[in-house]
Amino acid sequence: MGNSVLKLKKSDSAVPLLTLLLSAGVFLFAGSPFFAGGKGDRVKVYVDGKEYADFPLNEERDIIISGHAGLNNRLIIKNGEADIVDADCPDKLCVHQKSISKDKETIVCLPNRVVIEIEGRTEGAVDAVSR
Amino acid sequence: MQSRGRMTAYLAISVALGMMLSYVEALLPVFFGVPGMKPGLSNILVVFLLYTFGWKAALDVNITRIILSGILFGNPFSIIYSLAGALSSFAVMILLKRFSFFSVYGVSMAGGVCHNIGQIAVAMLLVENYRIILYLPPLLISGCFTGFLVGLISAGLLIRIGNIVYD
Repeated sequence: MGNSVLKLKKSDSAVPLLTLLLSAGVFLFAGSPFFAGGKGDRVKVYVDGKEYADFPLNEERDIIISGHAGLNNRLIIKNGEADIVDADCPDKLCVHQKSISKDKETIVCLPNRVVIEIEGRTEGAVDAVSR
Repeated sequence: MQSRGRMTAYLAISVALGMMLSYVEALLPVFFGVPGMKPGLSNILVVFLLYTFGWKAALDVNITRIILSGILFGNPFSIIYSLAGALSSFAVMILLKRFSFFSVYGVSMAGGVCHNIGQIAVAMLLVENYRIILYLPPLLISGCFTGFLVGLISAGLLIRIGNIVYD
């Protein structure tokens, strides 16, 4: 085997550069929660891509969401934050994700096909642009 | 080249090793609250096999590893996501290796990045929510970083025991 393939080449730097460009592109395309993270207003729950429920973020709530294939996620809305605290899914990645409160932030449970999404006031966004 | 029997033994050892790496990875906690962010330990094995026994052997070992470790430590969903990530990563690594524009580092970093792209693509299809794409930037950057480490370890292994095929 030629040893040249085993040493770091200058051309290798193209990969991290393209990665950074692509990451920046995705952020701009999808609307980053870090840049556009206005205050959230409502908690929307989607199951299988369809809207399942819609709650105000400022009211305390403790809900069991029945996801895909009858698996459940427990959603708690408290202190202006939404969080999944328990789930029947096998990997529990949704439980480990941080609680969300800002516009466009999401918590996803892939096995149960549940998406929790925060929505802000659209009027607020228009105001911010016109200012 | 070597006998069929020796080849079979090497590849069986590789599958066992890959399953151990998957197990170690399954024990690690979720990093920074971003699902899917992981070191990609078993990619060391895939890169090593790709540069020694060739792409067919690497593909066989990787698919066998994913299905077996998915049954043992995961679930049907994790098998689907792992396969999606592994196959997209693998296709890109074979192509880049063939063009020999990159070293093993570049190939491995591109593999790490494409692994995450494949997984997010499948997740978007299953959940039918395009916002999941927001998980992609942190995953891409971590995939590139872990891909570099995988490249470093693979290069070290290849220098020391890369001639295993011709022994």
